[in-house]
Amino acid sequence: MSEPSTPSTGLSGSKTEDTLHPGTEPPDSLTGELRRRVLSINLAVTLLAFVLALAIGAVLIAASAPSVIESLGYFFARPFDTFAAVFNSVYSAYSALFQGALLDVNELREGDVSAAFYPLSETFTVSAPLILAGLAVAIPFRAGLFNIGAQGQMAFAAIGGGLVGFGLSLPAGVHLLASLAAAMVFGALWAGLVGLLKAKTGAHEVITTIMLNYIAIYLLGWVLNQDWFQREGRNDPISPILNESATFPLIFGGGLRIHFGILFSIGAVIVVWWMMTKTTTGFRIQTVGANAAAARTAGMNVGRIWIVAMLWAGAMAGLAVSMNVNGTDKVVTAGIVGNIGFDAITVALLGRGSPFGVLAAGLLIGGLRAGGLAMQASTGTPIDIVLVLQALIVLFIAAPALVRAVFRLRGKTADSLTIAKGWGS
Amino acid sequence: MTLTAPVVPQARIAPPSLTRPIIMTASALVLGAIFILLSPMDAETTFIFNLGDTFISIPDWIVPSRTAATGFAIAALVCAAIAWPINARRGSLFLPAFGLGVFLVMSFLAWVGADSLLPITGLLQGSLLLAVPLIFGAMAGVLSERAGVININIEGQLLVGAFLGAVVASLLNNAYLGLVAAPVAGALLGLLLAVFATRYFVDQVVVGVVLNVLAVGLTGFLYSRFLTEDPDLWNNPEVLPTIAIPVLSDIPILGPILFDQNVIVYLMYVVVTVVQIALFKTRWGLRLRSVGEYPEAADSVGIEVNRTRFRAVILAGAVAGLGGAFFTLGSVGAFGREMTAGNGFIALAAVIFGRWNPIGALAAALLFGFADNLQNVLSIIGSPIPSQFLLMLPYVVTILAVVGLVGRVRAPGADGIPFRKS
Amino acid sequence: MQLQLRGITKRFGDLVANDDISVTFEPGQIHALLGENGAGKSTLMNVLYGLLQPDAGQIVVDGEPLVFHSPAGAIAAGIGMVHQHFMLVPVFTVAENVELGAESVGPFGFLKTADAARAVERVSAEYRLAVDPNAVVEDLPVGIQQRVEIVKALTREAQCVILDEPTAVLTPQETDELLSIVRGLRDAGKTIVLITHKLREVREAADVITVIRRGRVVAESVSPQTSEVELASLMVGREVSLVVDKPSLEVGEPVLRVNQLSVYDTLDRAIVDDVSFDVRAGEVLCIAGVQGNGQSELVEALVGLHDRSEGRIDLGEKRIDGLSTKGILDLGVGYVPEDREHDGLVGSFSLAHNMVLDTIGESPWSRRGVINYGLINENGQNLIEQYDVRATNAQVAASTLSGGNKQKVVLAREMSRSLRLLIASQPTRGLDVGSIEFVHRQIIQARQSGVGVIVVSTELDEVYALADRILVMYAGRIAGVVTPDVGRDDLGLLMAGATTS
Repeated sequence: MSEPSTPSTGLSGSKTEDTLHPGTEPPDSLTGELRRRVLSINLAVTLLAFVLALAIGAVLIAASAPSVIESLGYFFARPFDTFAAVFNSVYSAYSALFQGALLDVNELREGDVSAAFYPLSETFTVSAPLILAGLAVAIPFRAGLFNIGAQGQMAFAAIGGGLVGFGLSLPAGVHLLASLAAAMVFGALWAGLVGLLKAKTGAHEVITTIMLNYIAIYLLGWVLNQDWFQREGRNDPISPILNESATFPLIFGGGLRIHFGILFSIGAVIVVWWMMTKTTTGFRIQTVGANAAAARTAGMNVGRIWIVAMLWAGAMAGLAVSMNVNGTDKVVTAGIVGNIGFDAITVALLGRGSPFGVLAAGLLIGGLRAGGLAMQASTGTPIDIVLVLQALIVLFIAAPALVRAVFRLRGKTADSLTIAKGWGS
Repeated sequence: MTLTAPVVPQARIAPPSLTRPIIMTASALVLGAIFILLSPMDAETTFIFNLGDTFISIPDWIVPSRTAATGFAIAALVCAAIAWPINARRGSLFLPAFGLGVFLVMSFLAWVGADSLLPITGLLQGSLLLAVPLIFGAMAGVLSERAGVININIEGQLLVGAFLGAVVASLLNNAYLGLVAAPVAGALLGLLLAVFATRYFVDQVVVGVVLNVLAVGLTGFLYSRFLTEDPDLWNNPEVLPTIAIPVLSDIPILGPILFDQNVIVYLMYVVVTVVQIALFKTRWGLRLRSVGEYPEAADSVGIEVNRTRFRAVILAGAVAGLGGAFFTLGSVGAFGREMTAGNGFIALAAVIFGRWNPIGALAAALLFGFADNLQNVLSIIGSPIPSQFLLMLPYVVTILAVVGLVGRVRAPGADGIPFRKS
Repeated sequence: MQLQLRGITKRFGDLVANDDISVTFEPGQIHALLGENGAGKSTLMNVLYGLLQPDAGQIVVDGEPLVFHSPAGAIAAGIGMVHQHFMLVPVFTVAENVELGAESVGPFGFLKTADAARAVERVSAEYRLAVDPNAVVEDLPVGIQQRVEIVKALTREAQCVILDEPTAVLTPQETDELLSIVRGLRDAGKTIVLITHKLREVREAADVITVIRRGRVVAESVSPQTSEVELASLMVGREVSLVVDKPSLEVGEPVLRVNQLSVYDTLDRAIVDDVSFDVRAGEVLCIAGVQGNGQSELVEALVGLHDRSEGRIDLGEKRIDGLSTKGILDLGVGYVPEDREHDGLVGSFSLAHNMVLDTIGESPWSRRGVINYGLINENGQNLIEQYDVRATNAQVAASTLSGGNKQKVVLAREMSRSLRLLIASQPTRGLDVGSIEFVHRQIIQARQSGVGVIVVSTELDEVYALADRILVMYAGRIAGVVTPDVGRDDLGLLMAGATTS
């Protein structure tokens, strides 16, 4: 037996990955064989997409490195200097990037375990909201909706989570859960509105989510200037500090920022996976995403399923912002969301819309982020290179034919990402 | 055999929906009442029409606030009333809606401008300036989407245009050369969109979103590496001078708004006119629209669908890139990180609000520019409305537009759908 | 002009759509290419028109071998095509559609659409094809849109006109009119290729017939005097019985009563206009009519899929208008949608999952929202055996099946529930003869078990084969309700808007 094969309107490439489809295919069946072959091809394409992106990033880093430019000035006198400068600039940037994401080798040699694992702690800390926000994009993908609105859903959710977090006094634990619940409800309302508008009027979600992002961000800006939300005695937009009882405890402490929120995000991945593969809700979401017309003909209430998918998405976005509100920042500011809602799109695309794919992609992007900061600090290479890498990786993965052409690989399946179907519906 | 075409019986028509006149009337009544009641009894509002030296100057207009608010609200209500019979005949509600909007805004201004000076001409001129990049972006959207490629990438194209325009102008010490470079940058980003959309058939929304990330990353990276390191060399372009067009710039009110601007604004007039005419009156436009509406039909008469789309998207990128130059060369000069600040998305909204028509998109972009500048002006004279809510206005209006209150929007038939030959 | 195909072969993966086909089309002749759905006719014509490249073989025009890389080449060589799905831009005017790709322009590429309009008028007059060059195509009825296609080909000086299934959307009267236009073109010396699977028109119009089966030419230079039965067996490859065995039966009480039903489109036009009728248990009511006369919308309204309808619909004792689709299906309505690819199946899902698309929320497939995939797969396996679906197993994706097998999956799903009313919209469109026979047997079986059946069909043969009563729709209204002993001509007149008085 197997689960429904992946809807073509989701990420068609994801026909290949089995995280959503734990059903066991008879090993000798034709489709099973086909799947394995496609999987291996796509794994290669994914890896090569990384190689290609890193190569282009290396060109950028080298071409813009001051040392390289300087040595170019006397290239004909001492060409080797230029090559050395190119190698050094790329090597130092990328090694700082990877060490900053995983393990500080120098600290480890010196025996400071806590400092050595600081990069990994950062990666997990940064990844926690990315994974959740990635789910907020990935669930609607499966229903055929492109949620560009995680940013706004998170901003709106921060209002709810923050209010409960600093405004109430409840016992520890209960208070945290109440604050998370408030954030999830606020996020779900904001996202549900998109589903409602789509269901009732056919308004395209790409447009409504973009617009609601701005509206939510201005709303948050306004709220932060109100007496009931602004910290007393402050003129800048900042909320009071959350009560201790509403914050995620640190897991290790000792300078490592990693907190228990990361467990919530892994838990959310599992819950979403279960929902998508084992329940009628998931079946319906996938049916609507694969063929909304057939779903409607079969008596499914497509509009309601869109709303349900968006409610899930909003709740995940709410939980995502709570990683910052109740975890790292313990306060609500105008910049609380950062760029997570947009990075979430990359995470969901990279994870091909499946929960475990999102987990992996979230850790990857989180690692790049954490490493990028370390790289910027130690080598002066601007962290923006991480954005470039991120964009290139997704582009290449989305266009496997391009990657195959670059590496002269065979394979002619015309698989590519398909989500939106024009503005029409 | 008979020669006449068969007569098709006219289908019975259900009575027209009353939703729109009801909404118009309700908004006139509710908003009008609010503005009237909130405007103070004994205050006066001063509308200023002069801006700079014009040949003929118009005296300021000083009115009692509540009287003015009431008068304009009544005018708005009249517009809403006119909508009823027009709606019953299924006529276009554009004019009544436009009038309703204008009068409600005036009524609103009478209230918020009580006891202050409202620079109407300045307000409009600033609106036009804020709308310039939106208009270029919207034209880029129209070109690309009329050819059947969704363009979420306008934001990125504006950004790279702003960046390269500033850098080239600064390096070569010539703002006009920067103006040449900006569309090249936009076109290059457009090229990427075109390649992925028409060669590799990647989902167009996805490519657009990802290319925006790429544009932010790339400009941010180069900004940190070069522009902040040596701003005098890399990021110190001269600003394009204002060129007053003789005679025209002396027209009262309109003159300083329209004809005392820099060259990008004049280019904008040219681009809008050319796009409008070329799209609907030339072979190029006919073919472009055919591949966006029904590519199979275009293909069947020998038109290269993907090549046509490819070129349209690159051209769109160039137009957006030119608009991006306005952020640097046309206003502040220096480039700043992510300085387009979502203008590309508002431009996209203008495309949809303007129903994929150049003139419609122009009107929508002007409206958004007005809302934006109204917020600026009100924050100067002090307004009872929090600035955030005024800033939200374009986005709220867009949502109202796409949910159908402004009428049915119909995208080009094949917008966003890749064309693959079997 | 003489047009020759020599040894054309075209493969799609493992499927050989055209296998070494050679035909010669002579000027001043109507040459019919006869074959059932899926025989490879359209592929052949797309090769000829430059839309597809052949894997082997040659196209020879007046003795000269040519290669067409795109339709532009075929058009330049004087070949015009009237596609089954019209290749007209809906929002353009007739003149704009006609000029597209061959525009006459002034300086700066400014269009001279007036030239195109004059060309349209000239061709209209010459070949007696009345069309208004300034009308917007989407506002025109399909019959006129087809004329626009013909005019489009003729303004491009086409010497050879290919018509792909041209009568599928026409009334019998419009068909006669089209055939007479085509005869006029032949008499003007054009080479005419008529692609069709309809035996009657072939016999009526063709000068010579070539029969294609499974991608191969099975009979050349067949005379149009050949009998229908003989043509049918050439086409299908075995003896075909054109009659469905339909035992007589007592009809029961009405299961469905429709009262003053109207359906409106987005422009507030009544597409279904004040329609009332009954369907009784154990009868097949055929809704006949030319495509686009409101049948599709009527059926959608019956199952709650149209959001702008008014009127009263009762299923047995229960009023169902205003209920959700789910609510209506649950009351024992089976629905086989018109567009099975689009509405009937989820192509990327397995057959087993497609079989429970409308019952997934019910026991035993799921309990408290948790799905039992084991049972679902078992059920899928049983149904594909029971309904003779040709597939390796129930796990394959629905998109991999042929049209006939897809329809069997939809039928299996709908008929495995307990039904009171079965609605089948265009149930055999595009199917091969074997599948058509199967579908017809299933429909009759449903009728025998006392289910009320509605069949929407545009094919008169199907209507006569299945119907106990025929309801003819024209322009959204009921033109008449008649019994199957009505003559073809009278039925044709009703479909063209005549009413029974």
